[in-house]
Amino acid sequence: MDITVNGTAYTLDLPDDTPLLWALRDGLGITGVKYGCGIAQCGACTVHIDGEAVRSCQVALADTWGEVTTIEGLGTPDALHVVQQAWIAHQVAQCGYCQSGQIMQAVDLLNTNPEPTDEEIDQAMSGNVCRCATYPRIRAAIHDAAIMMREA
Amino acid sequence: MSRLGKYTRRGFLIASVAVAGGVVFGVRTYRANLENPLTAAISPGEAALTPYVKITADGITIITPRAEMGQGIHTTLAALVAEELDVDLADITVDHGPPSSAYFNGGVVEEGYPFPATDQSALAEFARAQRDIPAVFLAYQITGGSTSTHDAYEKMRQAGAVARETLKAVAAKRTGLAIARLETQSGAVVLPDGTRLPYTDLAADAAEVELADTPRLRPKSAWRILGQSQDRVDVVAKSTGTAIYASDIRLPGMRFGVIRRSPYLRGAIRSFDPSEALAMQGVDAVLDIGTAVVAIAETTWAAMQALDAVIYDWEPPAYPLDTEGHFEVIAAAFTPDHQDSRQRNDGDVEEALSGADVIAAEYRVPYLAHATMEPMSAAALFQDGSLRIWTGCQGPTVARREAALAAGIAQEAVTLTTTLLGGGFGRRGEMDFVQNVAKVAVQMEGTPVLLSYSREDDTSRGPYRPAAIGRFRAAVKDGVPVAVDVSTASPSILTGISERGGSPAPTPGFLPDFTIGQALWDQPYGIENYRVTAYKADPLLPVGFWRSVGASQNTFFHECMMDELAVAAARDPIDMRRDLITDDASRKVLDAVADMADWGTAPAQGRARGVAFALVFGAPTAQIIEVEDTPQGIKVAHVWVAADVGVALDPRNLDAQLISGVNFGLSAAIGEKITLSEGMVAQSNYHDYPPLRMYQAPPVTTRILENAPHIRGIGEPGTPGAAPALANAVFALTGQRIRTLPLGDSIAFA
Ligand code: FES
Ligand code: FES
Repeated sequence: MDITVNGTAYTLDLPDDTPLLWALRDGLGITGVKYGCGIAQCGACTVHIDGEAVRSCQVALADTWGEVTTIEGLGTPDALHVVQQAWIAHQVAQCGYCQSGQIMQAVDLLNTNPEPTDEEIDQAMSGNVCRCATYPRIRAAIHDAAIMMREA
Repeated sequence: MSRLGKYTRRGFLIASVAVAGGVVFGVRTYRANLENPLTAAISPGEAALTPYVKITADGITIITPRAEMGQGIHTTLAALVAEELDVDLADITVDHGPPSSAYFNGGVVEEGYPFPATDQSALAEFARAQRDIPAVFLAYQITGGSTSTHDAYEKMRQAGAVARETLKAVAAKRTGLAIARLETQSGAVVLPDGTRLPYTDLAADAAEVELADTPRLRPKSAWRILGQSQDRVDVVAKSTGTAIYASDIRLPGMRFGVIRRSPYLRGAIRSFDPSEALAMQGVDAVLDIGTAVVAIAETTWAAMQALDAVIYDWEPPAYPLDTEGHFEVIAAAFTPDHQDSRQRNDGDVEEALSGADVIAAEYRVPYLAHATMEPMSAAALFQDGSLRIWTGCQGPTVARREAALAAGIAQEAVTLTTTLLGGGFGRRGEMDFVQNVAKVAVQMEGTPVLLSYSREDDTSRGPYRPAAIGRFRAAVKDGVPVAVDVSTASPSILTGISERGGSPAPTPGFLPDFTIGQALWDQPYGIENYRVTAYKADPLLPVGFWRSVGASQNTFFHECMMDELAVAAARDPIDMRRDLITDDASRKVLDAVADMADWGTAPAQGRARGVAFALVFGAPTAQIIEVEDTPQGIKVAHVWVAADVGVALDPRNLDAQLISGVNFGLSAAIGEKITLSEGMVAQSNYHDYPPLRMYQAPPVTTRILENAPHIRGIGEPGTPGAAPALANAVFALTGQRIRTLPLGDSIAFA
């Protein structure tokens, strides 16, 4: 199975129906993407396919229709994405386990809606669970990232 | 050679020891001969040192021996050292350190003493001063009970101060200058002419130096780092997917295991048929580890699929098959022979209640899951007789012992690396995942294995926060309660954990379990006739620590009761509490929260407020919740919370933890419950065990006070008050007194 992740092409020898989540984590060792529920209820596994946020636990490896971007491909500690910068400025993370998914979802939101209201943020982000309840800071970080992206 | 010297301060001393290319500073207690994790190899037989700061030519490492599960403790502990050492947090590395009984946590033990946190009597102070002794002997290295900050407050600052003065002494020796002429700044000793001698260059000689005196700690007024909000040391890693949790450990040739425990909790497995599973692509093995079945495969997914194909024959459960049956057992515990403790018995309650107009009620709370974002996980490799384990756990010393027992090897053959924790909330103080990964690793000798729990297994197999029942009988007179008889019953956490191998020392069932009556008997209310009794129900489902432990149910019982009494007395619920509260810091948090919420002004049309107060883990905490009636149901419109932590080390992190704690409590209060049907837990994943989501998360305004006499952590105190404040607000809005959690079972929430 051929797949492109974060700009690199890989060939994977895994069953077709292996969820993309596990192909990434166990097949390729790309572990920024997380397992939280496996049933599209938590958003921890969120990645982008062709720039669009998807739950990687729900996409079969064989159905992966485009280029995959994970949190590692979004930005790195030395070259942060704007949304990651906002996340750090607001010190959002607590245990941090949900945050890859939160950030990937937030980037998707801001790509389609550069100036979201609180309600729109709630709507876009409510599929992403944060058991540490960092929600207020996620909201604030998204508003700030929106400003930074518009000004960029 | 180690120099275990003179720097004694309130029962501990700071010492230094040479390591390759540098020096380690740490705490040694003189009361027990503890094992020494970093220096054992260097100086066998020498007394132990708990390493806190390591300085070599490569850099400065601050060793923070507490589990980082999101509460920011690594940052706070590092800041304590940095404040005295004069280093910038950005320039240091933080390491979890190896498991060691030298990393005892005196704070956890203190919670068990029979003195309320407000009791400053000589006896209570004496017990607190002695707290390190049992802790050391019990080999606690536990993160829990919001105790980490409290425990480390002096030790880590002192380690930083001794390190700083030692490095200055080295610089003085090298330059021939008097110590008094040397300054320290940003990781270097600064000479009068401005020349900087980096600590990393001085470290190699530091172990040779012995200080004459214990350096004095800097006064609060001179702090530059403490008291200020710090960037979390883990925030970049956690925003870039580069933070490593146990489930992210990858080793060459690693295989992936998934566990299936019995759906009849605490039950054994009679037999299972793995033949179909073994024929599946990518499946290596299906292991019997005694209490569970583990499939090993090329991916976690393949192992999950394999488990679904196994045919199981489980031992039937030894407890009632439905939820009602469990509550019957708990209700049956309100008898003298089940009495666990009666830690408060002021006046004569029976006498005062006889002939009075008695108000009585019963409250119930369900079992709760922790539902940490990262399901339980651990990686391990057993090779050449030794076992390596990587896991995120709240008690690494106990974990090492349990891993050794499970693997049938000596503790010395076990190496445990603590990773970040994807949430803890008490769940990662359990040892099941450590015991299980050890058994798997032994059976898979030579192959590194990552063991994962599926969300389904994690949710439906426990351990849980105990289900519990609270009862009260009370009478009011002239606007205040004059007699209160309150009691609580639940199965014992400590007995259960002890049976499961999770506690440092056995807690047999006949010993009292202080968690049952926690935060019920020690509330700072002065009521003439006031009796608090805790009853221990017979064991049911496995139960364990859950964020704020016994307070998570008892504050609900107590503070809803106070609301009922205020209604009966026709009093404002804050005024009535203020009249009863005997502790100044507690009264001030109530005043603060009333001020924040503008309590004196009535809420807008269609809105109402409820209040709750609790003294939890030594931190008086008060919250007001405002609810709004909407067409979709009740909406939590705003939460105000004030807490007193004694000394506020990192305001932004305290704010984050309080908000997190409040929302954790709200989540449970609105919708969480574990129920049983036909002996099995009915909930399995986030669709039927619903965590609070963003659209439900209210704005939370926090205020931190510093009037209490001891420094306290804040990971838990936000949680217990959320349910009663919400229930009291719902009553104020609707007139409906809901006495069973979750509230969402009785009324719709938006
Ligand atoms: S793991 Fe995919 S949504 Fe939870
Ligand atoms: S930060 Fe812990 S789950 Fe979101």
